[in-house]
Amino acid sequence: MTTATVTDERIARTSTVTKLLKRPEIGALVAAIVIFVFFAATTSVFATAPGASTWLRGASTIGIMAVAVALLMIGGEFDLSAGAMTGFTGLIVGVLTTEYGLNIWAAILVSLALALLVGFINGVLVMKTGLPSFIVTLGTFFVLQGIDLAGTKALIGQVAIQGMSNVPYYDSAKKVFGSAADIGGGLVYASVFWWLAVTAIATWVLLRTRTGNWIFSVGGQQTAARQIGVPVFKTKVGLFMTTAGAGWLVGMLLLFTTSTVQSNTGVGQEFIYIICAVVGGCLMTGGYGSAIGAALGALIYGMVNQGIVYSGWDNNWLKAFLGVMLLGAVLLNEWVRKRAETAR
Amino acid sequence: MSDKKTEQATNVAAPAAAGTAVIEVKDIGKRYGNIIALSDVSTSVRAGEVTCVLGDNGAGKSTFIKILAGAHEHSDGDLLIDGQATTLSSPRAALELGIATVYQDLAVVPLMPVWRNFFLGSEITKGFGPFKKLDVDEMKRITKDELAAMGIDLRDVEQPIGTLSGGERQCVAIARAVYFGARVLILDEPTAALGVKQSGVVLKYIAKARDRGLGVVFITHNPHHAYPVGDRFMLLRRGKSMGDFPKAEMTLEELTSMMAGGAELESLAHELEKTMGADSEIAQTMKADVT
Repeated sequence: MTTATVTDERIARTSTVTKLLKRPEIGALVAAIVIFVFFAATTSVFATAPGASTWLRGASTIGIMAVAVALLMIGGEFDLSAGAMTGFTGLIVGVLTTEYGLNIWAAILVSLALALLVGFINGVLVMKTGLPSFIVTLGTFFVLQGIDLAGTKALIGQVAIQGMSNVPYYDSAKKVFGSAADIGGGLVYASVFWWLAVTAIATWVLLRTRTGNWIFSVGGQQTAARQIGVPVFKTKVGLFMTTAGAGWLVGMLLLFTTSTVQSNTGVGQEFIYIICAVVGGCLMTGGYGSAIGAALGALIYGMVNQGIVYSGWDNNWLKAFLGVMLLGAVLLNEWVRKRAETAR
Repeated sequence: MSDKKTEQATNVAAPAAAGTAVIEVKDIGKRYGNIIALSDVSTSVRAGEVTCVLGDNGAGKSTFIKILAGAHEHSDGDLLIDGQATTLSSPRAALELGIATVYQDLAVVPLMPVWRNFFLGSEITKGFGPFKKLDVDEMKRITKDELAAMGIDLRDVEQPIGTLSGGERQCVAIARAVYFGARVLILDEPTAALGVKQSGVVLKYIAKARDRGLGVVFITHNPHHAYPVGDRFMLLRRGKSMGDFPKAEMTLEELTSMMAGGAELESLAHELEKTMGADSEIAQTMKADVT
């Protein structure tokens, strides 16, 4: 945000460093650099192209969701059904193609439509009932989880999709969602490019469009936003649908990268998305945050997840690390927010 | 759409010649079923003048501004806008006629920068289709200029509006209403929650808005705030008008004593004199206040 036309002789020129320190994502950026340097120094594979390929792929799918969840959190809401949504959408495509022989692209579109419908229902329920989104989406989370587990079993008699790669036109869909490019000896998966694109678009929308202005305002002070003519209902329902749409995208990426999906895919991930968004500078109370920050939060998650494996430690340490990260980030964000509100 | 809106906003802002009545109310009243909330109120709001509406809690001030703001329709008398008898059916209808209301809670989002708050809901954009984006530089420039025209000299419009003082925030809300085409500004107790110094700041901006040719309706229960900036005073008590006076016919002392309900206070002073003795401290001060 340069202020090219607005200059004032009374402002001592703020250095780029000071400006940078005021951004919500700065904490995540510093943490990401520290963690990268740590694992690069202590393990031999972490900083190599094949090593990076693995943790980038892990970070990418989490990252897409974290960015969407960050937009929703800036808008003042939560979505606990976001994790189950990634499994739900993948299962729909899997069941429709392998069991009922539907064209793969048609199945992908049906899956998208259903995801958007669930997002729409989430949004309308939250806005019409005035209940906290935490409760409403906890409900949809359990409904989706139930459908994923029982529905799949009832329809195909199994808990995982098999034979996906034999479906006609599978290759054309894999090219879009599941292919990988060899860059410098390491494979960079399609999901990484999707992640970058989603982050870039979300950042642009947030900071440079009317919609972005509205998202900040509905999360910051809903009554004020309504009084002044911001379409609060449309903005919030749109955010829930965006999160659900991101869930669909990640569902497709997981399905076509691994060519299978399980009934419990995504369950338990919803809190990781929220943690990544918070680590990236989003306030729990809404109205403040950043899409780039959420992407960096996911990068941290991906690096630690894989770094622990490379270091030969017990994988379960990841959970303890996440908890510490979350508490640290919340404290840091509170401090940054207080500074933002009272500075000068 | 937004481009058109800004054009419109700057056009509408052209004020009427000073002294022309923009709003006139004649014997206006409001009944809710069998409850008479307001009756026989007459006053006028003129371009370039401040009309103060004074009254204690429950005097009918809020009913009166709700009629002007379009939140309630009046049930008796006439509301003339630019000489035309009108009934305002909604706040939007009032806004379209150039009547803007700044409520006590101001409708600002504390964590957002000043310029984003200023244009919230009416953002200026450039470009087409999916590449339509906010014209950030233009909006920052206008915000800075508009605030400067109101006499608020902000160092940086990028700072969150929550960092401004209560008085300054009030002024941003006023400047925003002015920029988006208000000819008449209704201010609902803008000084009620402020300290002495901040109240002074807001009074200064009320005078500034008046000097820019706007008609201002200033609602307050403090005659000391009303008198310095007011051109016309309308007093309300128990839903009835106690009269509508131009400044020339009124001194601050008269205004204060009318506000305090002069006659009532006098009888109270007598009563205290009887029960507590003529030379008790309370009775003395009371008497001094009344006379």
